[in-house]
Amino acid sequence: MTQQILFYAFAAVLVASALAVITVKNSVHAALCLVLTFFTAASIWILAEAEFLGLALIVVYVGAVMVLFLFVVMMLDIKEEAVREGFIRFLPVGVVVAVVMLAEMLSLIGVRALQAVPLPENPALAAGSNTSWLGKALFTQFLLPFEVAALILTVALIAAVTLTLRKRGGVRSQKPGQQVLVQRDERLRVVKMASEAPSTGESP
Amino acid sequence: MNRVVRYIKSLFLLELLQGLWVTGKYFVKPKYTMQYPMEKIPKSNRFRGLHALRRYPNGEERCIACKLCEAVCPALAITIDAAPRASDGQRRTTRYEIDLFKCIFCGFCEESCPVDSIVETDIHEYHFEKRGENILTKEKLLALGDRYEAQIAAARAQDAAYR
Amino acid sequence: MDSLIALLNNFIHDWPNLSLVIGLILLPLLPLIISVAMYVWWERKVIGWMHVRLGPNQVGPMGLAQAFADVFKLLFKEITVPEKASRFLFYLAPLLALTPAMAAWAVVPIGNRMAWSNANAGLLYLLAMTSLGVYGIILAGWASNSKYAFLGAMRSAAQVVSYEIAMGMALVSVLILCGSLNLSDIVNAQAGSKGLFEWFWLPLAPMFVIYFISGVAETNRAPFDVAEGESEIVAGFHVEYSGSAFAIFFLAEYANMILVAFLSSVLFLGGWLSPFQGWHLGPLSAPGWWWLFAKAFGMAFLFLWFRATFPRYRYDQIMRLGWKVFIPITIAWIFVAGCLAFFGGVTIGPGVNP
Repeated sequence: MTQQILFYAFAAVLVASALAVITVKNSVHAALCLVLTFFTAASIWILAEAEFLGLALIVVYVGAVMVLFLFVVMMLDIKEEAVREGFIRFLPVGVVVAVVMLAEMLSLIGVRALQAVPLPENPALAAGSNTSWLGKALFTQFLLPFEVAALILTVALIAAVTLTLRKRGGVRSQKPGQQVLVQRDERLRVVKMASEAPSTGESP
Repeated sequence: MNRVVRYIKSLFLLELLQGLWVTGKYFVKPKYTMQYPMEKIPKSNRFRGLHALRRYPNGEERCIACKLCEAVCPALAITIDAAPRASDGQRRTTRYEIDLFKCIFCGFCEESCPVDSIVETDIHEYHFEKRGENILTKEKLLALGDRYEAQIAAARAQDAAYR
Repeated sequence: MDSLIALLNNFIHDWPNLSLVIGLILLPLLPLIISVAMYVWWERKVIGWMHVRLGPNQVGPMGLAQAFADVFKLLFKEITVPEKASRFLFYLAPLLALTPAMAAWAVVPIGNRMAWSNANAGLLYLLAMTSLGVYGIILAGWASNSKYAFLGAMRSAAQVVSYEIAMGMALVSVLILCGSLNLSDIVNAQAGSKGLFEWFWLPLAPMFVIYFISGVAETNRAPFDVAEGESEIVAGFHVEYSGSAFAIFFLAEYANMILVAFLSSVLFLGGWLSPFQGWHLGPLSAPGWWWLFAKAFGMAFLFLWFRATFPRYRYDQIMRLGWKVFIPITIAWIFVAGCLAFFGGVTIGPGVNP
């Protein structure tokens, strides 16, 4: 019973924060609402006993992706007025797109619902822990798709780095890799010399 | 080759461990911090602290208003007015003031005084609570002299051999 | 409608139980807060001794009450809010820093299966909670509407995200060896007859070092405290904070430090297992919570030792260390750990149910 109340509470927060993402004026606030959306979605997943997926969502999206997203949004300094300028003008187009998407999704779900089969027993329950079941399935049954996905992500990563990395000439920057290799003997010379008495008489 | 060896060596964090060793040694070393208000370091008898005006043993004030201290003071902290004393017509100060905000405690006034009247005691713990308290008037200076005469005389006696 | 009323009725009937649960949840927070206060006192003492000073020694015996005096001073101070700050986020940020720091303690075991939640995905939960702490810092920096605070927040965001990867990789190597995400299982996997040489620090020595250093970086402690960086950006993300709001940031930082100390003891130093296990030394060989606390105390001491010893890293050096040194080493050692697990190079203690 408590679970049901929690589900409705989380669902309400989820919908409200998702709405807030597209309606609040400030882009940083919108990004924070997106964080809340992700977090609540993760909570609902954990409520549905999919703890690995929920925690992975928090670690990956909330903990890393959204931090970088916020990083960018905070740095951009978007003018609020400029963003809202075309709101009314593009509203009809937006409404049409939204209605079409809704119709498509509803028809898809409706078609699926007509030929629905009752869900099979949750295989994760038999394996004991959801996480280990997921791991075993990923690394045996779905090994090839998993590795292909990993490869595609690596390619995307390298592509992003090569596209954005540029060497600018005439910029002097420090190279910590070389700096830490410096030895004392390369920079400093200790000289042994006899002590000298100051010359007597008038000062120079 | 040398670089590779150095790189592998750096993975063992030897330099960082050296640093930790140094602070680790100091961690157990005996501490010699003075607990200031409870423990105090002995002061030199030449310590230059708060000023005082001295008197002769018979109660006569030493100062003869020669104004040498006023002239020598590099910070212009001393102000002296002089007039004949009403009772016997001797030259005395009517005003002798030291502004402690200006004073740099160089000790020149004490050096220049021909009658050892203006001296600097070893008091360095004093404070002001109101505006104007930074001016040491003649009354205050004489009171300080009366109060700390024993210490002042002892310090002068100790230092006499070197003057 | 009826079902909704029934729902609410049930909720009200459950309420005594729920309040008991909430009380039990809040119970471990008090010792945590007190230990944070004692840790602050110990930090000042240790750093003082390493500087050949005495440290705080006026308030109470040995200065023990100094931390509490500071807490009360902070609580009575005024909270000033910059005029153009985003007020709501400004007040929210300290709480966002504190909540994950406290929530992470739910799965830390102090004995076999003795944790507030003996969750199966405990390690993942910890990773999730520690990655959330950075929001408090970022929001504090942004909401303050101050250049210094913002710079500190940006530095902290980049640093925490970078070191989280190395930290996660180090955790993965532990997972490979013991095959369970449950923290009690991880400790049980380190049980055996060879004393402290059964623990994971030996097969995973580089990972242990990397985990702890990443933990130092993750908690924004010296020598990785560029988010505060007193000498260049005044106090970083909390430059505009005062009074109790600042105290909450302080509390979160120290709670996180103690957490990292406990976790490195649990993951790599055998948790509550005795270093003399299996050597038949009577009570010395028996496991117990005191071993865990002693280990955690040692690791927490290292935090302070580092602070007293090392100068602050420059920002680009931090990034280089994280990306070009730690991550390659962790990837290589995950392979080594996989080989160890596959060829049976590490014995796993009894009582693990993967």
